[in-house]
Amino acid sequence: MNILIMGCGRVGARLASLLDGDGHKVTILDNDTYSFRRLPPSFSGTALFGNGTDEEALKKAGIEDADLFVALTQGDNRNVMACQIAKHIFKVPRVVCRIYDPLREEMYSALGLETISPTKIFAQLLREKIEG
Amino acid sequence: MYIIVIGGGRLGYYLLKELLKEGHEVLVLEKDSRVCKTITDELGSVCFRGDGCEAATLAEVGTGRADMFIAVTGDDEDNLVACQVAKHKHNVPRTIARLRNPRNAILFKKLGVDVTVSSTDLIIEAIEREVPTHPVTQLLTLEEKGLVIVDVKITPESSTVGKTVKDLKLPRESKLALIIPNEGSAHVPASHTVLHPGDQIIAVTPPETKEALKAALSGK
Repeated sequence: MNILIMGCGRVGARLASLLDGDGHKVTILDNDTYSFRRLPPSFSGTALFGNGTDEEALKKAGIEDADLFVALTQGDNRNVMACQIAKHIFKVPRVVCRIYDPLREEMYSALGLETISPTKIFAQLLREKIEG
Repeated sequence: MYIIVIGGGRLGYYLLKELLKEGHEVLVLEKDSRVCKTITDELGSVCFRGDGCEAATLAEVGTGRADMFIAVTGDDEDNLVACQVAKHKHNVPRTIARLRNPRNAILFKKLGVDVTVSSTDLIIEAIEREVPTHPVTQLLTLEEKGLVIVDVKITPESSTVGKTVKDLKLPRESKLALIIPNEGSAHVPASHTVLHPGDQIIAVTPPETKEALKAALSGK
C-alpha cells in the first residue's frame, strides 16, 4: 500500500517504521524537519518537509497515489482539516484521523471520517486496568 | 440578530464593535483570558472565555439560537472546525469563515461553510480597482449566484468605439447593467446605445466568461 502519514511525533514515527517494516511504501510529512530524528535508521520510506493542510505539499508527498492517509499531528483541527482535504479533494480511499477531543471525534465520525480518540481509548484502558 | 464571533484578535475586536453599533446581540469567544478581559473592560460583558471549536463551549453560550456564526481566528483549520461544529452540532443557519490561504475557499465551501472571506483577495480586488489602467476590475463577487460584477473601461484605442451595443459579440451569460459616460449621467444601455471612449460599463457576468466579456468590449 502507498501510505501517507502526517505528523512525525512519537506515534507518527513509530507507525511509519512499523508499516515500513511490513513492506508498505510509506511517506511521512512534518512541518519541522527536527522531528524526523525519531525515525529509526532502518526506515526506508520517505520523510518530507511540508504542511499537511496545504494542497501543494500534499501533492508533493504523493497524496494522489495514496491508498491510506493518517493524520497524527498534535492539533485536532489540523488533523480534521487535512483529513477532509484527503477525503474530499484527493479522494484517498481510506483516511484515518486522530482527534483527542472525544466530542469532536464523535461529531466527525458521524460526518463520515474514520476517527480515533486516544483520550477515550486510554481512559477506557485505564478503567479496565483499575477495576479488572 | 444573535451573532457569535470566534476569535477576539484585532479583526474580531473591530468586527464586534461594528456589530454592536448596528444593534445586534453579539458574543465573542476568545481562548486567551487577557484578551478576553481587555474586551470586557472596554465593551462590557460581550466576551466569553473559551474554545470556539468545542461543542460544549458552544452549547454553553447558546449557539443553538444564533442566527450567524463568524470565525475569524488566525488559523484556517480552527475557523473551519468551529464553523463545522456550529453547523452540524447546533444547526446555525449561516456560518462565515475568515481565510488566511485564499486557496482554501473551495474546500471550505465543499465542507459546508456558507461564506468565506479572504483578506488577500479583498486587498487584491481593492488594488485592481485603484489602478486606473486596469481594463476590467472586479467590483463584487456574488458567490452563491456564481456571478461577478465588473467595471470595464472603454479606452480610445478600443475597436468598439462608435459601435452600438447590439453590434458587440457579448458572451450570452453576460449582461451590461449600466454605462457611466465621461460626461453626462449614467444610463442603462439599450441595443442602439453607442459606445464612446471613456465610457465605464458596469456588467454582470459569470467568472468564467469575464475574459470573453473584456475582449468583446475592448474589441481585442
